[in-house]
Amino acid sequence: MSDQGPVGLNPKRRDFLVKLAQGAALAGTGGLLWDYILHNEARAAPYALRPPGALDENDFNAACIKCGQCVVDCPPLILKLQPAGGNLPIGMPYFEPRTGPCIMCPDIPCMKACPTGALSPSLKKIEDARMGLAVIDIENCLSWKGLRCEICHRECPIKGKAITLETHPRQISKHAMFVPLVHSDACTGCGICEKACPTTVAAIRILPHKLVQGKIGEHYRLGWTFDTEVTQDFKAPEGQSAAPDAAVPKTAPGVDYLNQGGL
Amino acid sequence: MSDTTVRTAPASEEHPVPTGPWVWRYIILRRISQVGILLMFFGTLHWGWDVSKDVGLLTGNLSASTFIGLIPLTDPFAALQIFLTGHVLAQESLIGVAVVLGFYLIFGRVFCSWVCPVNMVTDAAGWLRNKLGILAIFHLPRGLRYFILVATLVITVISGVAAFEWVSPVGMMHREIIFGLGLGFTALLAIFLFDLLILKHGWCGHLCPLGAFYSLLGRTAQLRVRFDKNTCTHCGECAKVCPEPQVLNLKKLEERGYVYSGECSNCGRCTPICPEGSLMFDLKPLIRGHNAQADAIAVQRRTK
Repeated sequence: MSDQGPVGLNPKRRDFLVKLAQGAALAGTGGLLWDYILHNEARAAPYALRPPGALDENDFNAACIKCGQCVVDCPPLILKLQPAGGNLPIGMPYFEPRTGPCIMCPDIPCMKACPTGALSPSLKKIEDARMGLAVIDIENCLSWKGLRCEICHRECPIKGKAITLETHPRQISKHAMFVPLVHSDACTGCGICEKACPTTVAAIRILPHKLVQGKIGEHYRLGWTFDTEVTQDFKAPEGQSAAPDAAVPKTAPGVDYLNQGGL
Repeated sequence: MSDTTVRTAPASEEHPVPTGPWVWRYIILRRISQVGILLMFFGTLHWGWDVSKDVGLLTGNLSASTFIGLIPLTDPFAALQIFLTGHVLAQESLIGVAVVLGFYLIFGRVFCSWVCPVNMVTDAAGWLRNKLGILAIFHLPRGLRYFILVATLVITVISGVAAFEWVSPVGMMHREIIFGLGLGFTALLAIFLFDLLILKHGWCGHLCPLGAFYSLLGRTAQLRVRFDKNTCTHCGECAKVCPEPQVLNLKKLEERGYVYSGECSNCGRCTPICPEGSLMFDLKPLIRGHNAQADAIAVQRRTK
């Protein structure tokens, strides 16, 4: 074959190029498959409840070395490492509040055990941990049915801040209902409420923030709340001041157009 | 390499291949080491093995651990992958990497034969394959593992997660023994069947990127198998038992005077079975002197 090849073309060169293409195709296919497996595995990450101080999902996925030292050092031994073939990404620590909630150790031993910083040492107080958020199923909550349950409120390690009891009118009675209300600014997601809930399937459950929390958006002005900031999450884009017009006071921008001749 | 392979020079009756329990000494020691390390992890978690109050004996697993609450140990390959995801490792991990790197730079690729739990699976497959005399279906180049090693690092950068750590059967095995069972055993079963029926020494000798990583580290090893060219009769018994027989290339052995390749895992299979005692563990700085001594003795014998 080499004799009949076009003049100036080296058959060895051709062989080499074909081999190179074959090798590249093999590596590319294998690499894509491998990459697909990794993405598929990481996809379940938003459902996991991580130990206190865990970095954001993607950073945690990257930084966790899957060593389980947090599991060993957890005093109530509630943490587990996900084995292969489970519902969550492989090898990383998680907990299930219904069977084993975080007891919120003040010295945070799990975070201290982490060698890589995937459980970030920037968490100084356990009350600042945000493992998840308690969410109440008001259709199945005993308090919302009018019973004096309130167990979640009493068991909550930061009761009065993370869970408060609110009065709620009953339709035909003059006695109010006392219903629990979760506050995201204090709830650590420890899950003690979920463990304590007496219903067959817990009516209060810990879920990752990403799956339950909404966001108001920057354009709403709660003008009647004179003593609050503009909105809960409002942060001005860099280089711009918070208010569209510097003359408008920060506290109640919603009503001010009435006083400024804007209409 | 079945038993029917023609030997270049059969072991003579004066120098039979040693047998008996003493020949098994390194294999027994390796199993004690492999099981013992797993047991220390397991006992610390499940049976509360503490060296003092609340200080565990060995916490964690082979990816990262803390020995007696003081010495951090970190798998350097896992740390390298995490570093490539763009995450800066905490100081403790870096110290752990230095400790482990230092150890393997001195002792060579001993992780693979003395620590890694998958070695027990692949050794079992290799032993059974030998017993059953299963012939090779196809061959793969042993250099393939270095390509997989590079691929691991490239995919880590692309995907943003430690590519090998997320699929590693080594990780699955030690994690699931220590922390609770899952489907990791299916991966081990796959490796066992692959090594048994498809490719001899398939996983450890051809594919595993962790082994490739430690092979690269092993080049600087100070603990080596010394080779005495004067007594060797080229009987080939060593290559028959070696899981990485390419490291026993006689020409290179004669040139260097010791097993030079980092792919040698210092498993100690060859040293006890050598009929002439030509292979033995030695420290690299001493090898030159010992070989010179051996040469001098050989010259004396010949001149007598």
